Amino acid sequence: MIGLVHYLTVAAILFVIGVLGIFLNRRNVILMLMAIELLLLAVNINFVAFSAFLGDMKGQIFSMFVLTVAAAEAAIGLAILVIFFRRRGTIAVDAADRMRG
Amino acid sequence: MIALLAFYLFATLTIASAVLVVFARNPVHSVLWLIVAFFNAAGLMLLTGAEFIAMLLVIVYVGAVAVLFLFVVMMLDIDFAQLRSGVTRNLPFGLLIALVLLAEIVIAVSAYRAGPVFERGAAAPAANAVPNIEALGHELYSRYLLPFELAGLILLVAMIGAIVLTHRSRGDGRRQNASRQIARRPEDAVKIAKPQVGQGVEL
Repeated sequence: MIGLVHYLTVAAILFVIGVLGIFLNRRNVILMLMAIELLLLAVNINFVAFSAFLGDMKGQIFSMFVLTVAAAEAAIGLAILVIFFRRRGTIAVDAADRMRG
Repeated sequence: MIALLAFYLFATLTIASAVLVVFARNPVHSVLWLIVAFFNAAGLMLLTGAEFIAMLLVIVYVGAVAVLFLFVVMMLDIDFAQLRSGVTRNLPFGLLIALVLLAEIVIAVSAYRAGPVFERGAAAPAANAVPNIEALGHELYSRYLLPFELAGLILLVAMIGAIVLTHRSRGDGRRQNASRQIARRPEDAVKIAKPQVGQGVEL
């Protein structure tokens, strides 16, 4: 039978893939944003699995909030990406060194 | 049995398409694999009985977020081959980070299984008779009303922020200038002319 552990395993693998994507594509911001979406998806799977496991709706409520924040983050991130590309002509993270951080 | 089969199908496809999101050569393919991953994750959530979240995942992620990504990827004219040049250099480091994270998760899970870190509260209540969406609505509009409204506010701020950030005035817009309108006098605007017969009007 499918248990909580199965779901947590899937979510953990998804999370690791997301982190790998962030570290691998250090130059392409679009792929980094997609990797962040994968991380949030893994978190959502965890929330929903625990919600079903404990018979509590709170997990699904918070999963909705995570979804909201993910959508807002994607919109703002892509808007910043568009104006960054307009100014510098590239989307490489290395090019964002105007502030010498 | 069918549930078992469905779970492994959805889980395998989710993970496989997530790997392809990260490793696809073409970013457009990456976005398409992201859509596949979201669909299969929605299937996974459907299996737990969280129908509303599953549908929300399809509508919000596939319908809005993935399309937004696709739009931006196709709109920007970027030399992606040049952007990928650093991947092979970053591969060992990235794999190391991923392995460390995986080891941490495995250790944490096995440590949790070794001994009861915390007792699960009284056994989860039996399958409730209330449908998923109804139960969610009861919680959302009573106890979680304020966070729900705040989530709406976050979306509004994100929308306004995205518009303000990307809006570019081209300088040839015809906007109303109220002070110029009020400052305009008839003697500047209208000239009374009495042309003689056979003569034109000088403009």
